[in-house]
Amino acid sequence: MSELRKVNIDGVEYEMPGHLTLMQACETAGAEIPRFCYHERLSVAGNCRMCLVEWEGAPKPMASCAMSLNDLRPNRDGSPANIRTNSATVKKAREGVMEFLLINHPLDCPICDQGGECDLQDQALGYGRSETRFEEDKRAVEEKNMGPLVKTNMTRCIQCTRCVRFISEVAGVEELGLINRGEGAEITTYLQANLTSELSGNVIDLCPVGALTSRPYAYNARSWELRKTESIDVMDAVGSAIRVDARGAEVMRILPRLNEDINEEWISDKTRFVWDGLKRQRLDKPFIRENGRLRGASWNEALMVIAERLKGDPSRIGAIAGDLADIESVKALKDLMESLGVRSMDCRQDGAAIGGQAREGYLFNSGIAGIDEADAILLIGVNPRVDAPIINARIRKAWLENNAEIGLIGAAVELTYPYTNLGNQPADLNELTSKRNPFVRAMAKAKKPMIIIGMDALTRTDGAQILRAAGLLAAKWKLVREDWNGFNVLHNAAGRVGALDVGFLPRQDGLNTRQMLDAAKKNDLDTLFLLGADEIELSEIDDTFVIYQGSHGDAGAHRADVILPGVAYTEKSTTYANTEGRWQQTRAAVGPKGEAKEDWKILRALSDNLGRVLPYDDIAALRASITAPKTSKFDPAKLGKAGKITNTALAPNPNSFWFSNPIARASETMSRCASSQSAQLEAAE
Amino acid sequence: MVSSKLAANQPDSFAFSDEAEEKITYWRKKYPTDKQRSAVIPMLWIAQKDHGGWIPEAAMRVIGDRLDMAYIRVMEVVTFYSMFNLAPVGKHLIQVCGTTPCMLRGSGDLIKICQSRIGSAGKVSDDGNFSWMEVECLGACVNAPMVQISNAEGDHYYEDLDEASMNTLLDELATGNAPMPGPRVARETSAPIGEAITLLDKTLYDGSRGKRLKSIPNAPAKASKAKPKTKKPAKETGK
Amino acid sequence: MTLADKDRIFTNLYGREDWRLPAAKKRGNWNGTGDFLNLGPEWIVEQIKASGLRGRGGAGFPTGLKWSFMPKEVGARPHYLVVNADESEPGTCKDRDMMRHDPHLLIEGCLIAAFAMRAHTAYIYLRGEYVFELARVQAAIDEAYEAGLIGKNACGSGWDFDLFVHHGAGAYICGEETALLESLEGKKGQPRLKPPFPANAGLYGCPTTVNNVESIAVTGTILRRGAGWFSSFGRPGNVGTKVYCISGHVNNPCNVEEAMSIPLKELIETHAGGVRGGWENLKAVIPGGSSVPCLPRDICDTVLMDFDALRDHKSGLGTAGVIVMDQSTDMVQAITRLAYFYKHESCGQCTPCREGTGWMWRVLTRMCEGRAEMSEIDLLLDVSTQIEGHTICALGDAAAWPVQGLIRHFRHEIEAKITNYRVGKAVHQVAAE
Repeated sequence: MSELRKVNIDGVEYEMPGHLTLMQACETAGAEIPRFCYHERLSVAGNCRMCLVEWEGAPKPMASCAMSLNDLRPNRDGSPANIRTNSATVKKAREGVMEFLLINHPLDCPICDQGGECDLQDQALGYGRSETRFEEDKRAVEEKNMGPLVKTNMTRCIQCTRCVRFISEVAGVEELGLINRGEGAEITTYLQANLTSELSGNVIDLCPVGALTSRPYAYNARSWELRKTESIDVMDAVGSAIRVDARGAEVMRILPRLNEDINEEWISDKTRFVWDGLKRQRLDKPFIRENGRLRGASWNEALMVIAERLKGDPSRIGAIAGDLADIESVKALKDLMESLGVRSMDCRQDGAAIGGQAREGYLFNSGIAGIDEADAILLIGVNPRVDAPIINARIRKAWLENNAEIGLIGAAVELTYPYTNLGNQPADLNELTSKRNPFVRAMAKAKKPMIIIGMDALTRTDGAQILRAAGLLAAKWKLVREDWNGFNVLHNAAGRVGALDVGFLPRQDGLNTRQMLDAAKKNDLDTLFLLGADEIELSEIDDTFVIYQGSHGDAGAHRADVILPGVAYTEKSTTYANTEGRWQQTRAAVGPKGEAKEDWKILRALSDNLGRVLPYDDIAALRASITAPKTSKFDPAKLGKAGKITNTALAPNPNSFWFSNPIARASETMSRCASSQSAQLEAAE
Repeated sequence: MVSSKLAANQPDSFAFSDEAEEKITYWRKKYPTDKQRSAVIPMLWIAQKDHGGWIPEAAMRVIGDRLDMAYIRVMEVVTFYSMFNLAPVGKHLIQVCGTTPCMLRGSGDLIKICQSRIGSAGKVSDDGNFSWMEVECLGACVNAPMVQISNAEGDHYYEDLDEASMNTLLDELATGNAPMPGPRVARETSAPIGEAITLLDKTLYDGSRGKRLKSIPNAPAKASKAKPKTKKPAKETGK
Repeated sequence: MTLADKDRIFTNLYGREDWRLPAAKKRGNWNGTGDFLNLGPEWIVEQIKASGLRGRGGAGFPTGLKWSFMPKEVGARPHYLVVNADESEPGTCKDRDMMRHDPHLLIEGCLIAAFAMRAHTAYIYLRGEYVFELARVQAAIDEAYEAGLIGKNACGSGWDFDLFVHHGAGAYICGEETALLESLEGKKGQPRLKPPFPANAGLYGCPTTVNNVESIAVTGTILRRGAGWFSSFGRPGNVGTKVYCISGHVNNPCNVEEAMSIPLKELIETHAGGVRGGWENLKAVIPGGSSVPCLPRDICDTVLMDFDALRDHKSGLGTAGVIVMDQSTDMVQAITRLAYFYKHESCGQCTPCREGTGWMWRVLTRMCEGRAEMSEIDLLLDVSTQIEGHTICALGDAAAWPVQGLIRHFRHEIEAKITNYRVGKAVHQVAAE
């Protein structure tokens, strides 16, 4: 915080911190300051000139975004500087800027997707003229390709450069620029290449006009016809705050909501554009396999068949919860399985070596916002750009603002900040003791050091040993203290932490995922219940009876003997715990598809058929039955298991960023992104 | 910005000549090692000179890679500055200054000559010898009207032109001669035509001014005479 | 009374003598430079302040004061001097002569100024078109290094000083100091927001002062002859000698060094051979480079060439590039060509300049033919005031002022064109019926 400064705004004297910009000060004082180029999360450009205010005595009006109270001098008589936001000078300046912005703007609002949520439109109401004075021909600007996500209409561009600044500063890839000069200035990528950032869609929100709009959403809807539902994203384990815009039964688009602690106001392209995947490959009624083929069935019929199977030997029954499963349904499935005496259950499709120990052992303990404070970060077996683009942007911010030193043990990947590659063998962790290694020195002397360990490391067969090695380093560098916990696990599955929190893990003598699949292959398992589990190898399972409950016709449904149609995240109001262990609720934006039902209700109905009625009739009662996860004394040195780490190099997650879950795999937009990315990679080679 | 659009026919690759590489080495030494991006304009200029007067797209990538600059940043620079040509130019690129001081003294006539002898602006003549463009003030206003001609010999100013001398100039270039740069009327550089009325005082040039100063005006009394050899200004933290 | 030759600083302005070091030394360049440095940076800054030298690049900010804004101690960041040799203001070609004919005065000035602001490094930023001048300055710098005048222990002062030449590639805006710094850093020449000012964060984020070639090149002679000598020319607040560029409709266009505050008429008649066709044939003068408003003849009769006198007539001294226009001049066309220049040179960053310069040019282009409404004259004026004062840098103002000058003094010429166009048109319509 800086010292307080006195300032007179529109005739009233205030005392405010000196570092505030005039814009912030004026808004604090209740004066609204129009702006186009200014954005609080981007560098100050000061180019639109809309936010001009008058500093009495100064020869010209000032761009209020670019000046701080500290830059002001008091008046000659010592009284505080007078700032005017409503004088004739200010009015003329703003009206002038507005007129200039509009003379070459096409004013095609009726066919513009930005219509109704356009800054230029809104400000024109306040500062625009009722008729034009511009008699010349308007400028037309060629459309620019930016890839499958961002549609351009560059004639509408007002050259505010927010997009250029976002892509360079936040996304961290220098791909957008303003070429030419003067009235010929144009925004483009180099030779109109596709944008490659996983955060590129945010430029659509940042664009104050309709120059950059959503290509998949183009001409699909007008903003005012949409029903807006505040929800939570499940495309990764970040739990970004989103708004789902729907019309009728269809999700039309997804936008970010502000959450300073998580996603600030950004979302990844997968989060933003996956919505067409909600319309395709949907399971909209129960199915039963007969003579090798799936046929539609009634709910009752399907549940009866399943109930019959689940009455068998509980030691020969298993259940796996998938990556998108919500806490309520996982809890219901766990209760149901326990009531049947089933001991084999697991929420770790990928076999990650976590759970069963202290809760902090599987959480992102510093919090996502905690990254902002970190001054040294060790990444272990993780590509944050793929696993959590939002977290990657935070790490970049720590590098930019704290000059954080970043080291990586893992496959050399392209990140958006410089890092020291410390080796791609997990055993290299044990080498991180030499004081001569500059990165080790940086970790040792950092005030807020951080380890981020990811699934590329933890899903290996020696994941538990790698976890132990990381924990030992955390202990050595004192990452876990009263005031700071820098030991972080970065998940990539939205449902994982929640399922771990409710303990969806093998009971005593029960089997874990790998063991269940092995048993099934050997016909040692009679029945396998998959709650949205699609990222497991099912092709070699022959005789085991597979029940699949989920929203999409993906790998699980493909193999299933009975399918129970569940709902996707936009169709239910349920709870997810993000990688930080933060419990948040989605909100249903549209109803279930066809005969599909909310997952916990399906399980509740099934329990009825089994005669083991789950003790809750509504979701409130279900939630009440869930006990809050316990925190315990956390000693990172005790994490995982002691033992040898194999000398296999860490391999990056082979799954494409665009295809990480059944909804994404159903999305044509994600397919287009993947193919444009691979085309671009080929071209570069 | 002759053309903000890239030429349709582009070479597949670009490499600097040895001579150009020497120049690049020379220029890059001027900037701090961590500020090598400063060399982008000199390197683009060297590339243009090395490539017959225009910059192929491949050169932008080569320069971007060499200076660790994103290609779009190189593109921004190339398209911002008007001296970079993104499409082929004639062997002799005639740049006619058309801004008001030259306009007042007949640059319009020079433009007409270019139009009739070479063709429309930006087009290379059929023989490949010429192309021309109107440019903004070249900073030789007291020698208006004037042109700058860029070719393999360099980038020379031809000043105080009129229709006749412009035609002669183009004739000379067409026949392969290298005309002397400078004014086309009888005058010394920027001095007025006719008999000189200033800088006639012989004592300015006879060496008397090079004699050691008797005293330094306004010097502190003690310091004015003896040369304080020992005093070294603060430089401890300079570099 | 013209300035005596003995009081001229640029004694080789026309290149009659040799530019090389031995001849330059004979003319007094580099005489006593080491001694000046031995008197310390504060002394130098005091002398420049006392001389009353105001920046010769156009804005006229006191040079000594500007130098004094540099931090007094060198911290972690090195200090830089950057010389603005991006001479591009239409009507101005003085720095070119200094660089090609008196380069050692500039180099000596660089050492003095850099030392005064505790900079070990200076860059001279030449406009890209000055290919010849760049080679000349570089050759002179090589001589100065060779002679030990710059480089390690420059002039035996104990001060290390490196001087580099850099060049642009055709962008008027790079004459704006922060755009110049951006360009020197290898970016587009788009002006920066101020604050921070260059003295705090300039080249590479380091304390930097940017000075015009002439401001720097005169400093050696000021120290040699004394601040009082320099300030004895011109009127208070407008002192010293100045190189004027006289172009346009005069008999003998030329550059000439004269005293500040010389009457405009005397300047033109003494040195440029008078207005073509005599003083009575004068229509207007743009007295300080294209950015300042033009003056009609009645003002030109008496006005003095200095900051204050020209400001009092709502014009400015600017770069002292005097563009003379006789009665044959189509004033609307002359200013329209300048409007085109500013449209062409706008960097495109700020809305008012990017959009407004093109608008003004298009309206003026129609007015050149008379194809406009009378009410559009006021519209044009209004548009110019919507640009003026509303942009990051002064290019917006520079684009607005010539147009305002035109309307202020030659509105009748625009009106006449519109009327004539209508007259022609009316006849046509009648004939058609």
